[in-house]
Order: sequence, then C-alpha cells, then structure tokens
Amino acid sequence: MGLCERCKKKQATFHMTNIDTSGAKQERHLCEHCAVEEGHMQVAKPSVDINDLLETFLASTKSAAGQAVNLTCETCGISYVEFRNQGLLGCPDDYDAFAEPLGRLLSEAHGDAAHHVGKTPKSLGAQRKSYEDLRRLKRLLAEAVAAEDYERAAELRDQIRELESA
Amino acid sequence: MNSLDDVARRAGEWLRGAGPLHEIVISTRIRLARNVRGFVFFGRADTDTRAEIAETVQAAVSKALPGFTSLDLEQLDELDRLLLVERHLISRQHADSTGARRVAFDAGEVAAVMVNEEDHLRMQVMKSGFQIEEAWQQIDGLDDALDGQLDFAFHPKYGYLTACPTNVGTGLRVSVMLHLPALRLTNEFDKVRQAARDLRLAIRGLHGEGTEALGDLFQISNQITLGRSEAEIIDEFRGAVIPKIVEYEKAARQTLLKSRLHALDDKIWRALGALQNARLISSNEAMQYLSHLRMGLHVGRVKTIDLHTLNELFLQMQPAHLQKLQGERLNGEQRSLARAALLRARLSNN
Repeated sequence: MGLCERCKKKQATFHMTNIDTSGAKQERHLCEHCAVEEGHMQVAKPSVDINDLLETFLASTKSAAGQAVNLTCETCGISYVEFRNQGLLGCPDDYDAFAEPLGRLLSEAHGDAAHHVGKTPKSLGAQRKSYEDLRRLKRLLAEAVAAEDYERAAELRDQIRELESA
Repeated sequence: MNSLDDVARRAGEWLRGAGPLHEIVISTRIRLARNVRGFVFFGRADTDTRAEIAETVQAAVSKALPGFTSLDLEQLDELDRLLLVERHLISRQHADSTGARRVAFDAGEVAAVMVNEEDHLRMQVMKSGFQIEEAWQQIDGLDDALDGQLDFAFHPKYGYLTACPTNVGTGLRVSVMLHLPALRLTNEFDKVRQAARDLRLAIRGLHGEGTEALGDLFQISNQITLGRSEAEIIDEFRGAVIPKIVEYEKAARQTLLKSRLHALDDKIWRALGALQNARLISSNEAMQYLSHLRMGLHVGRVKTIDLHTLNELFLQMQPAHLQKLQGERLNGEQRSLARAALLRARLSNN
C-alpha cells in the first residue's frame, strides 16, 4: 500500500475518487490525518451528481465491503477489503472468490447487462460458438426493441438468459 | 540509449496530421487489456514473478510480432522513459513503477504492447485522425497473433479478466484525442460534456486521467467494457459521439469567424507573435499558443505555417523531447530558454 500523497510519511488509508460535474475523475490517496486536515472525513454529503457517483465503479461506495469483510482469495491471498482499498484485484481467481459482492459492483459499473459479449480467446475451443450466438441474439434484441416488436424481444431475451446461464 | 535520440526528432504516425476529420480529431487510439493465465496480476506479483511474466510475454511478442522494437524499461533512464510517455507509447504509471517492465512497438509507432503495466499486457494501436475501424482491425489482428502464443485469463461470464474490474469483459478502451479550441473560446464546452455524459464516456486531458486539457486537447473514451461487444463500442464512437462533437467544434469556429473575427484574429496573431518572439516560455504556455495557431491555420487565417510543423512542435515542447533534442539535461529555466529558441527557429518569417 502506498504512502499518503500529501505528507508522504504515513500510509495512505483514505482513498477517494473525486468526480466533478463534468465527469472527470481524480483519485486521492491520503493518510487519516491529512484526510481530516483537508476536510474529507466529514464530507458525507456528496458535492457531485449522485448519478455520476453511482456510475463510476470505484466511487460507488455502497457498503459491499462491510458485508464481505471475511472473503479472501485462496490463490493470491488478497482480502476483499484490501481490494476495495486499493481498487485492484490480486489475481484472476478473485472474480470467483469475490463473486457475490464483485458481481454487484460490476452491475453498477457496467450496467445490468454484466455478461461478456464479444471476442473470446482461442483456448475456449468449441465454446467460442456460444459467445458468437450471444452476440448475435443481443444485436437482434436491440433491433426488436428499436422496432417496438416486444413479443419478439421477449423471446430473444429468454434465449439470451438461457445461453448466459448455460 | 542511442536509438531513442533519433526518435525525438520525428513524430509518430499518429501525429502525421492526416486521416479523416484530422482538423479536429488528432488521433484515434484503441487498447486491449490482457492477462496471462497462471500468474497473479502485476500489482500482486513479487520481483521474481514480475520477471517471469515479462519473460513469458516477451517470448510471445518476439514470435508473434517480428520487427517490433522491444525495450526493457529497467534499462532505460528516467528521461528515456518520459520520452516514451510523451509519445504515448507507455503510460506514466508504467514509466514510474518498479520491477520487470517492457514495451514493444512497430517502426511507425502505430502499434505497441506494454508488458507489466497494470495488466500483464496492454496492447494499443494509435492512428492519425479518426480511423476507428482501421485501428480496431489492426489491434484485433495483434490480439489474435498473441493469443496464438499466450493463454489469456478468461471467465465464462466476465470475459477477459483484468486487475481493475473497470476494464473487465472486452478489455477494450477507445480514446479519441480531439482539438477543441473554439468550443473553449466560445464557452460551449458543456455541450461536449453533456454529450459524453449521456453516453457514459469519460473526458480527460492530453495525458489521461487527472491531467489538464493542455493545448485544448481532450481525450474521449468509453467506460463500459462489459456487456457490450467491441463492435458496439466502436459503432457508438463512429456513429454518434465523434461526428457530433466535430460538428459542434466546426460550428463554434464558424461563429468565431462570422461574429467575433477581431477577437479570433487577436488570439491567433498574439499567439504567433508570442511564439516568434518569446525568450522564455513554459510548455503549458507554448501548447496554448500552438493550439490557437493550429485553429488559425484550419480556419484559413494563418497561411504561412504548415500543419506538420505545428504537430511536431506540440510534441517537442514537452520536457523529455526538448532535452533529447538539445542532447543534454536541462533544468526548468534552461528548458524555457531552449523551448523559446526552438520555436523562434521553427516559426520565424525568414
């Protein structure tokens, strides 16, 4: 964990992502002392647009960390709290180790369609086809919605759900 | 390193000042984040693991991308690393972190692969003007070539796995660099912010997150990487976002020409006067004047200077490039002096 960017002496334990009304992001990493000095510790009421706040992953500080305090990844040893403090995961297995709270965060950051569509690696072999299908169905769904063909859209949505849960 | 001394003298392909909409769109960049299965992410890796990852990826790069120049960042001094940052070949974070880190890039500096940045691999393709489809085709091929050599970490639900969950899924980030001086002068920049916010896009300064809009240059990039395909993300930029912003900037330039010509001319000619006469000038000040001059060129008010010179100067105003060109280390005041001398030499009337 890094040092406080203000005093450069103590450990940074206070991590903040500022978003101004333009949506521009600025990260701050301070120790507790400097965070109080700068008046951040009392700032509970956000001075930014609440929607922007929700849209930005690291700023969406719902109490997921509080509920997931005990989770630790067996592969790399990182705890969920550590991840929340530094904003970076420790290894690819964290996505499964922290499945529940992380899934919620991903939905907030990327919208409710938090399932991969798009390119796949060669190592996936024959399974690559199902991603192709998913991509095609999602495109058809968007077209059906645009054309206000809701019956067709509902059909497609069911097919997509089936594929995603497979 | 000698090979980098020459690099500073020319501009990469992305600053060629060509390509569709190049008057306003400086460059189009696409990057893909990838990690190799079986390793922890860079931030969690100890010194030995970082070296092992770098070695594994380097072996793949050598095979898949012959002809790329490959540099070991630990072997470069601070100035050379900063030069690579100014050329957008590596990020500031990549330059400043520790442990085994590499970068490989092609001769035109269009394609580059950062090794051991936040993710094991960050590949990018950067092109002049608005060439988003071409950039995607090229990086897609780059990814395919490396995919044949490396086993990328992939999750059935979350796609390509990345150290920061904000990149997971496609790992794709489009960044379009725009020159928007007229929107700033007419105080209409909020239009752009609004358009970007509606589409959940981020706006940043020249060197990415947290940097100011030096020289009226802005980068617009996508934030959503999961749940949308690469094609959908790219289509949004191509169809909706960029043409709209370009239209706003063009309209603002017309407004300035029609109803505020004296004010516009004043900005442009003051800029030229300052650049041709200054004896000490900071990079920020130089960038701002070059920005006004570039606009003057595109609206037809300045005819004696070519775009290529201006684009090169934008790059050479920055500290590492300036010192490379001078062939010596300079302190702040020496840089201001050298910068002013360079500008006078390049922009003088005779």
